[in-house]
Amino acid sequence: MSDMELLLWARGPGLQGAVAVFVAGMALRLIEIYSLGRKRDLSPARPGNGGAGWATIITRSIPHKELLRTTYLTYILGYTFHIGLFVTLLLFAPHIQLFRGVLGFGWPSLPSPVVDAVALVSIAALFGMLAYRLYHPVKRFLTTFGDHAAWLLTMLPLLTGYLAFHHLLLPYTLMLAVHILSVELLLVFMPFTKLVHVATIFISRWYNGDMLGHKGARL
Amino acid sequence: MSASFERGVNSFREVMDAPIASFFSSCVHCGLCADACLFYTETGDPKYTPIYKLEPLKRLWRQEYTLLGKLASLAGLSKPITDAELAEWSELVYDSCTLCGRCTVACPVGNDITYMVRKMREGMAAAGHAPEGVIEATRKTIEQGSPMGIQLKAFLAQVKGQEEETGIEIPLDKAGVDYLVIMSSMEILGYPEYLGSLARIFKQAGLTWTVSSEAFEATNSGIQIGVSDIAREIVLRVVNAAEKLGVKYVISPECGHAFTALRWEGPNLIGRPYKFEVVHVLELLDQLRRAGKLKTVGKTDEPLTLHDPCQIVRRGGVVAEPRNLIRMVASDFREMEDSGMYNWCCGGGGGVSANHRAEELRFTVFKRKKRQIEGTGAVTMVTACANCRNVLEEGLERYHMDTKMIGLTELVAEHLKEDEQA
Amino acid sequence: MKEQETLAEHLRRQGISRRSFLKFCVATASLLGLPPGMAPLMAETLGKVRRPSVIWLSFQECTGCTESLTRSHSPTLESLLFDFISLDYHHTLQAASGEAAERAREEAMKANYGKYLVLVDGSVPLGEGGAYSTIAGRTNLEMLEETAKGAAALIAIGTCSSYGGLPYAHPNPTGAVPVSAIVKDKPVVNVPGCPPIPLAITGVVAHYLMFGALPELDEKGRPLSIYGETIHDRCYRRPFYDQGKFAKTFDDRGARAGWCLYELGCKGPTTHNACATTKWNGGTSFPIESGHGCLGCSEPDFWDAGSFYQALSTPLSSLDKAAGVAAGAGVAAGAAIAVHNRAAKRAAKAGHQAVTVNDLEK
Repeated sequence: MSDMELLLWARGPGLQGAVAVFVAGMALRLIEIYSLGRKRDLSPARPGNGGAGWATIITRSIPHKELLRTTYLTYILGYTFHIGLFVTLLLFAPHIQLFRGVLGFGWPSLPSPVVDAVALVSIAALFGMLAYRLYHPVKRFLTTFGDHAAWLLTMLPLLTGYLAFHHLLLPYTLMLAVHILSVELLLVFMPFTKLVHVATIFISRWYNGDMLGHKGARL
Repeated sequence: MSASFERGVNSFREVMDAPIASFFSSCVHCGLCADACLFYTETGDPKYTPIYKLEPLKRLWRQEYTLLGKLASLAGLSKPITDAELAEWSELVYDSCTLCGRCTVACPVGNDITYMVRKMREGMAAAGHAPEGVIEATRKTIEQGSPMGIQLKAFLAQVKGQEEETGIEIPLDKAGVDYLVIMSSMEILGYPEYLGSLARIFKQAGLTWTVSSEAFEATNSGIQIGVSDIAREIVLRVVNAAEKLGVKYVISPECGHAFTALRWEGPNLIGRPYKFEVVHVLELLDQLRRAGKLKTVGKTDEPLTLHDPCQIVRRGGVVAEPRNLIRMVASDFREMEDSGMYNWCCGGGGGVSANHRAEELRFTVFKRKKRQIEGTGAVTMVTACANCRNVLEEGLERYHMDTKMIGLTELVAEHLKEDEQA
Repeated sequence: MKEQETLAEHLRRQGISRRSFLKFCVATASLLGLPPGMAPLMAETLGKVRRPSVIWLSFQECTGCTESLTRSHSPTLESLLFDFISLDYHHTLQAASGEAAERAREEAMKANYGKYLVLVDGSVPLGEGGAYSTIAGRTNLEMLEETAKGAAALIAIGTCSSYGGLPYAHPNPTGAVPVSAIVKDKPVVNVPGCPPIPLAITGVVAHYLMFGALPELDEKGRPLSIYGETIHDRCYRRPFYDQGKFAKTFDDRGARAGWCLYELGCKGPTTHNACATTKWNGGTSFPIESGHGCLGCSEPDFWDAGSFYQALSTPLSSLDKAAGVAAGAGVAAGAAIAVHNRAAKRAAKAGHQAVTVNDLEK
């Protein structure tokens, strides 16, 4: 198989398959979660906290100063990586073309050198997170094979994208194919690893906020 | 019948719900909950990481409630949980968790870990892995009416004592009044002045109230040990008495988990809403303050700090009220570092104070509170939970600190305007 | 044209100065990646070369490759070099026809056995026993195999003979294959492009004449020196790509300002060719310079690589159907596990024995 054939496969059947697994997996996982149901809370809620679940989806992104003191590095690395990932994913012109192709609409892009720098920072943060995971006693204690697998699945698209953009290591066509394939790998495994938090974080935060809000705790 | 592993696992299966499935799905093993938990911060032992305390429950969920997990266990890729594991986890679920909920507000993906530990205890207790001390407290509550074995006679003696102390009549079993006052056994035993304080405050505000000979105990060991069947029986005592007397409100005393049991869990335990409302005493006092019915004179100029009881503040939503009341009677109120929603637990909530096995650990983690108190330079620490107060007093003694302690209701009562009392 | 004439003599007779020839050699040397100092040596060596015998086989093709070389606006050195070779067989260009033409090929093969070059344009159909394309009653396959036997080397001119090209495109009704799929025991060099750059064709021939060997090839059998870089690498619009400035339509402000054509489907990033440096029509321009994205014509499968106007980063096939079917499957699997989970929870509830204080210990 030539690299062009690989690229064509990645852009065609490969992407179709990956998206299919992703969609099916996500549907399965979300139904799996929601179908377990939740008992209605019969205790009278404190008034005025109706939207606490929705609010928490946003507010939980802002770490409180009380929590930052000992854990700032986790926050800094986490924030840097996530912002970097989203900027790279959503504001790089070729990616926007992809979304335009799939969704039917697009949005303005950032200059490529900016995205390039952001991607590099994101990659660095991800390596930092790995190092911290291996170093920090709690993180090391909690770490499973799944955590390393998820790290690799996330790192590959960033790294191959960076290498492809700079025409490094492999011929561009091949690297582009590898890049797209790595994204497909990520899509395939996303519903079945901890990476499913891309979706369930909203559900969890909502429940968390709703339950605390019911009791009147303001966060 | 007796406890068995099968009954425990059956309870695990029973409590599994959408929030738990979502929480387990979302965890990214970031470890931030450990930094929010004083059992980790004060010991440095990673096994006290809150989410790790749920590992057996998580495995059962994955193996039995997810498609992929089921396939994996069919293929022999994951081992079922064992009784030995649950025995090992007993320490993590009971000794090193006070259900304080700090991890719940810290978790960046929004996992309510406290909610899950409470649920996990259902299975742990049914499997016979609850600690002896907590079992004992629960047995006494069911068999004698109170976790400390306090009987009606003793309660009535304290009522009489407070009537003599204050010169105010305390109504007993009076139907048709607005408020029913209940107490925690810790208060009945150690801080009966709470009742006298309330008598004076009610008199000043002109409220009608009563105590009940059938339901004077507010605490609920069933919640702490994590057995809903028992918790239901205990909460029903209060509900039945209150509905028989036809009161409009039941006042939850200065006791954290009693508030949680009565206010939040109770209606769900008995499967219906109450015919009365539950208010926390601090909520009531603050209402009276706002209505101008709570009149005080003078302010203490002693430096004074507040320990936020987790179940009342973080998990009860009563945050501003204690502060309003303290500022009413104190001129030098100093907030602790990490106060309010982010306060640190006394270390003895959620049944830990009844759990003798956990005593040393409890004193170890008290170091956090010690630092907090020392940081304020306060001479007196106010709180609004008799269990916190008891645990804090033990800690202060252990570490040779001379910080004084006082209940918030008592503090307010000390400053009540005299001339309107008689 | 005398048989034993050298290239230098031939060019002189055509009125081409040595200076012009030297310029051609400089261009060729640069295209082939030879050091500039090699140009005079090349001129000298090539000048002494005697006319090589070349057999040009045209299979499933459109004659565009021949056109590229011969139909230049004005006579070029490339075409003159082309004139110089002893083109013993080319059924489009040769005067002879029918049996005489075939006889010319056979005679050239016999006379120059082991020394002649075979240039092929067009793909070779294998379907229906090769019946899709025959010459003088013989299939392309037969003719190629027979001609290749005595060849010194083969040069696949154009994308069809290099990679299958248009006939090879899905669903490939004729079973077309490239030359390299058939000829395994002779050196084959691919000079892809639809058509290839004329200088690329003559450059490879010149290299062979000068060194008696084919140039260094990449993994796709192309001369590394010509096809080593992508159009994107050398594109004068590359800075706009780097800045994220893209034309959105062919007549918007960006298009007029000469911004990058990536979003309009330019295949420059994945296309290896020398267009951006060598250019076309005597160095006038190349497609991107004329405002149109690169089609990627010198790459394998370029006809199947999606619309010419579809950006490289976009999916080639619609995801809607796959996603729809998958969503259905996911919902079905979810429903199955949901039914199971609810039953499991119900069973647990039914199996719940009320826990009393006497049940707390074993």
